[in-house]
Amino acid sequence: MTRPIIEMKNVAKSFGLFQALHSIDLSVREGEIVVIIGPSGSGKSTLIRCINQLEEHNGGTIIVDGMEVGRGRKRAVLTEVGMVFQSFNLFPHMTVLRNVALGPVRVRGLSWVAAEERAERLLARVGLADQAAKYPAQLSGGQQQRVGIARALAMEPKVLLFDEPTSALDPEMVGEVLDVMQQLAKTGVTMVVVTHEMGFARKVADRVVFMDGGRIVEEGPPDEIFNTPRDPRLRSFLQAVLSH
Amino acid sequence: MVTNAEALSVMSIFDTFLNWKVFVQTLPLLLSGLTTTLTLGVTAIVLGFIGGLVLALVRLYAKTPLRQVAVAYIDVFRSIPILVLLVVIYYALPFVGLRLSSFGAAASALSLVSAAYSAEIFRAGIEAVPKGQFEAAHALGLSPWRLMSDVVLPQALRIVIPPITSNSINVMKDTALASVVAMPDLLKQATQAQALAANPTPLISAAIIYILILMPLVRLVGVFEKRLAVRGR
Ligand SMILES: Nc1ncnc2c1ncn2[C@@H]1O[C@H](COP(=O)(O)OP(=O)(O)O)[C@@H](O)[C@H]1O
Ligand SMILES: [Mg+2]
Repeated sequence: MTRPIIEMKNVAKSFGLFQALHSIDLSVREGEIVVIIGPSGSGKSTLIRCINQLEEHNGGTIIVDGMEVGRGRKRAVLTEVGMVFQSFNLFPHMTVLRNVALGPVRVRGLSWVAAEERAERLLARVGLADQAAKYPAQLSGGQQQRVGIARALAMEPKVLLFDEPTSALDPEMVGEVLDVMQQLAKTGVTMVVVTHEMGFARKVADRVVFMDGGRIVEEGPPDEIFNTPRDPRLRSFLQAVLSH
Repeated sequence: MVTNAEALSVMSIFDTFLNWKVFVQTLPLLLSGLTTTLTLGVTAIVLGFIGGLVLALVRLYAKTPLRQVAVAYIDVFRSIPILVLLVVIYYALPFVGLRLSSFGAAASALSLVSAAYSAEIFRAGIEAVPKGQFEAAHALGLSPWRLMSDVVLPQALRIVIPPITSNSINVMKDTALASVVAMPDLLKQATQAQALAANPTPLISAAIIYILILMPLVRLVGVFEKRLAVRGR
């Protein structure tokens, strides 16, 4: 039950001459909720984008669900990894229902009828049953992001990646998205979440990972990270984000 | 207020340039020319559209040798004057055993050039689709083909409607060049009719027909552009 579903070993990633990730070692167990925190530019996005190969790493190994990914390998296992983006990235020319049903039809081979049934169920789960026929532009940011979550869930992924899912939202909509994510965390799906919402990290994370300068500087259960931070960089980061 | 002499000269201008009798006599000829012009234009527009889309995709996503072929094609066919290309196809290719009808030659010349222009329009349209759309499609695991057909192209096509319409107007106008290779298009038939009737009315009529057909499209581009500007970024 607790085998690692993601294993990153000595992973490095450079953009030209600039090295964004340095020897990252991170493994995530099945069902675990890992929250990644750290200052802007510390490599959080790059790290999770390497997991689903939106960025190709150029050193070390990444194993997802028992299969190594990247460097020309088949992408099949990556359909087990869903992603929720900061800017939602919904498909603007499709209804909400289509957005959610598309992946299951095109990738999993479901019929449109079966996929739309699944989509309706998931939209109900994120509280948007009555918005299925609308287009993304007709929804609020919070609603759009909940569609983004439903779209990722529709693939029934083993791992869900979130890259600052609430950072583009007006403050009054952050709560509705975090609520959905918290509900999700209870269902046993593995989640890797980049966020600046420290309350969410404290409440929901099994483990918090702090990054700085492209390295994992400190990691541990939320209690330890927030109450007894050891590294001075983590301490000053927490001071900065918790002071307002 | 109008003197007799002036009235007479106005009458004679009408008799010369918009002579009703001549118009009625030559109308069948003009309409057959119009049919040819429209067939040629639509053929070239459709072939240019398909060719342009393929060229754009090759230019954007194919591996180097093939990509370079697309780049070279696009540059060459945007540089060559259509009239020159048409004459080469019609009069030079027979020397290597390739003899095309005047319709075939004109349709080839127009499509080859239109494909090159359309390719650049499609490329700009695809590049205008936000990066996040590609990433969301990748993250779902869509195949490259599905990523294009389901996500990127529907958005890119919407973006390119105004410039593609503009290009189609140009193709329609350029069909008149086909009269050079003896194709019985609207212009050719009008010239013929003028010779027969010894009166320029058919030419004036042809000019008016071109305008009547193309002006709505020109207006349409204006509407598209205004709508895009209003929707803003
Ligand atoms: N595509 C890219 N090209 C060049 N540099 C990049 C690219 N993506 C990220 N970087 C750089 O890598 C570093 C880490 O970026 P990122 O992972 O986005 O940080 P974070 O998500 O923690 O804010 C930053 O310095 C950023 O400028
Ligand atoms: Mg980031």
